[in-house]
Amino acid sequence: MRHRRYLTVLAAAAVVPIALSGCSGGSSGSSGDPDTLTILDYYNNEPDKTLVQEALDTCAADLGVTIDRESVPGKDLIQKVLQRSSSKTLPDVLMLDNPDVQEIAATGGLSPLSNYDVDTEGFADGIIEAATYEGELFGLAPAVNTLGLFYNVDLLEEAGIDPPETWAELKDAAAALTDGDQYGIAFSAIATYEGAWQFLPFMWTNGGDETDLDTPEVQEALQLWVDLVDDGSASNSVLNWSQADVKDQFAAGKAAMMVNGPWQIPALNETDISWDSVQVPVNEAAQTPVAPLGGEVWTVPETGDKDKQAKAAEFVECISSDDNQLALSESRYLVPTRTALAEEFVEKMPEMASFTEQVANARSRTGQLGEDWPEAATVIYNAIQLAITGKAPVDEAFSQASEG
Amino acid sequence: MTPATREPQQAANEETAPSIRAAAAMTRRGRSFTKDNVVKAMFIVPAAIYIILFFGYPVVKNLLMSVQEYTTKTFFTGEAPFVGIENYLTVVNSNLFWPSIVNTALFTIGSIAGQFVIGLALAVFFKRRFPLSGFLRAMLLLPWLLPLIVASATWRSILDKDSGILNQFLTGIGLDAVPWLTSPSVALTAVIIVNIWIGIPFNVTILYGGLQDIPDELYEAGSLDGATGWKAFWHITVPNLRPVVSVVLVLGVVYTLKVLDIILGLTNGGPANATQTLAIRSYQESFVNFEFGVGAAFSNILIVISLVFAVIYLRANRRAVDE
Repeated sequence: MRHRRYLTVLAAAAVVPIALSGCSGGSSGSSGDPDTLTILDYYNNEPDKTLVQEALDTCAADLGVTIDRESVPGKDLIQKVLQRSSSKTLPDVLMLDNPDVQEIAATGGLSPLSNYDVDTEGFADGIIEAATYEGELFGLAPAVNTLGLFYNVDLLEEAGIDPPETWAELKDAAAALTDGDQYGIAFSAIATYEGAWQFLPFMWTNGGDETDLDTPEVQEALQLWVDLVDDGSASNSVLNWSQADVKDQFAAGKAAMMVNGPWQIPALNETDISWDSVQVPVNEAAQTPVAPLGGEVWTVPETGDKDKQAKAAEFVECISSDDNQLALSESRYLVPTRTALAEEFVEKMPEMASFTEQVANARSRTGQLGEDWPEAATVIYNAIQLAITGKAPVDEAFSQASEG
Repeated sequence: MTPATREPQQAANEETAPSIRAAAAMTRRGRSFTKDNVVKAMFIVPAAIYIILFFGYPVVKNLLMSVQEYTTKTFFTGEAPFVGIENYLTVVNSNLFWPSIVNTALFTIGSIAGQFVIGLALAVFFKRRFPLSGFLRAMLLLPWLLPLIVASATWRSILDKDSGILNQFLTGIGLDAVPWLTSPSVALTAVIIVNIWIGIPFNVTILYGGLQDIPDELYEAGSLDGATGWKAFWHITVPNLRPVVSVVLVLGVVYTLKVLDIILGLTNGGPANATQTLAIRSYQESFVNFEFGVGAAFSNILIVISLVFAVIYLRANRRAVDE
């Protein structure tokens, strides 16, 4: 008897997932209601979740639509998008991290904005480049971020050091600011795309290029990082620090300077550290700092429902309207993507001055290599790890890393 | 095969035994046993559906993916061109293949050895009853209860070179700080240490259960003949524990081969690829580089290695039954 009951339960349990998978299809994706837009993004943490919701609500009210929003953790977004594209349940409006746009556009899952009447004028070149695949623009970003050099004002004043502008000054300042368990500088050289992203401002500023990594310009940038660690001005824990860890080190007073982005500002303002930021230092005084462009792009997936796609395109245009750009930039410490807004923005938010300047010259990671960028990024972070650990000399690190 | 899937089959076998007898009785009366066959089949159906759905399909799909060019495009277009063994060639020819095999072997052997020795020592220790022994034994399960992602984040801060508590302790007693997670020569050791910590509860629990099954009379009889302490352990405990030991070791190997989250959380395969294992390669190819075909090839190699150990386990088990 006992066995029989056990089996009945088992049989029931075996049927449940089948039944469940049968009904899950209809609940997500482009919904049937013509006035409801489904939205998928990765702002699942506060305060971003609420701040973005405000922008979305504004646009929903403007267009007279209701929205059905889903936010997933950042690292799950691409998997979610792939799953949904295979089950043909892509949302009406999709947010993507800008280096992923071309990869997803290449699958054929996105609808080019030229199909709709969308105003794409006045945006910074970098972000248009990031969202363009084979000559077609696939999305717009209301606000972007980049990298800069944060410094601890008190520590630099105490040591009588001005914020560094060149690599030589950076090395000297970092060495002078290293004392006991306080390091001069912190950055992220972790074995993920984050490590590659942090390296780009140094590599690009020095004239290096991801299409050919085996050049003296790229090697000089790597040498700078290796020197900082070898001199003891940076901990060799940089090999395992994410950018959030770098911010924690800086906030704890264990690093006098750090390479990081403006999205850390809310967290820094909660500490009693007095900080300021400058553009990433250059190798030679005549160079212009070139940093990578970060931030998310809103796109219109191919859902098959033409009317809704048109509405979604209007929605994407609205998210990137001037008012929304300024509102989102102010609340989330980003930089508006319409270059004409820069002056007005810096007046309101003087602490964002260096980042706004940095964004004007910033490049997108996928501008040159498109969907092949992840491969180059992997080579970059592997080369950094090989060189800093001493497993390969700087001049061989990139060729060794590119062998896989 | 895991215990969870074996049970229903066994249950089904035991259940069909009486109905076979009933069927035999019916044959004597007439040839109306089709209904009985249906009933028999019904008992197998749930287990069969379960196995086909949750074991058969993924395995077949994975084999298929490994001979296809399966990328992000495939998800939208559904097209995955057949490429034969190209993915396997990519895997074997990649510079990280042999290092990741070696790392997988070192990681597995190191983890199992550490987990088993410490687990057995603790199990023997807790066999004696002493105040709070029940409470302490329950506390030992803690690493098992923590989500792995929490455990690895905590260990990451413990092992931090500059401010980690372990290095604070080491420098406090006059030793040098160790760059646990940032030096390619010690990172694998650090990851193994953490995995040992996570695996101890499993080993203690199963081995403790095995120890409980050894009758006390054996020890009493042994002590009359002068077998106490180490002698009792070698000549009474070890031989009687052998079947349990084989279960612990084989399951341990299979669980350890596929460890992913701990390594991802601690080092993400770094520094300088020092902690790349087959499981990490498979994950990174599939979910970082979106080369699902190559990732599937890596995981198939991993499955074959696991399978070898599963076969060893099944054979060892059969021998035990034969004896």
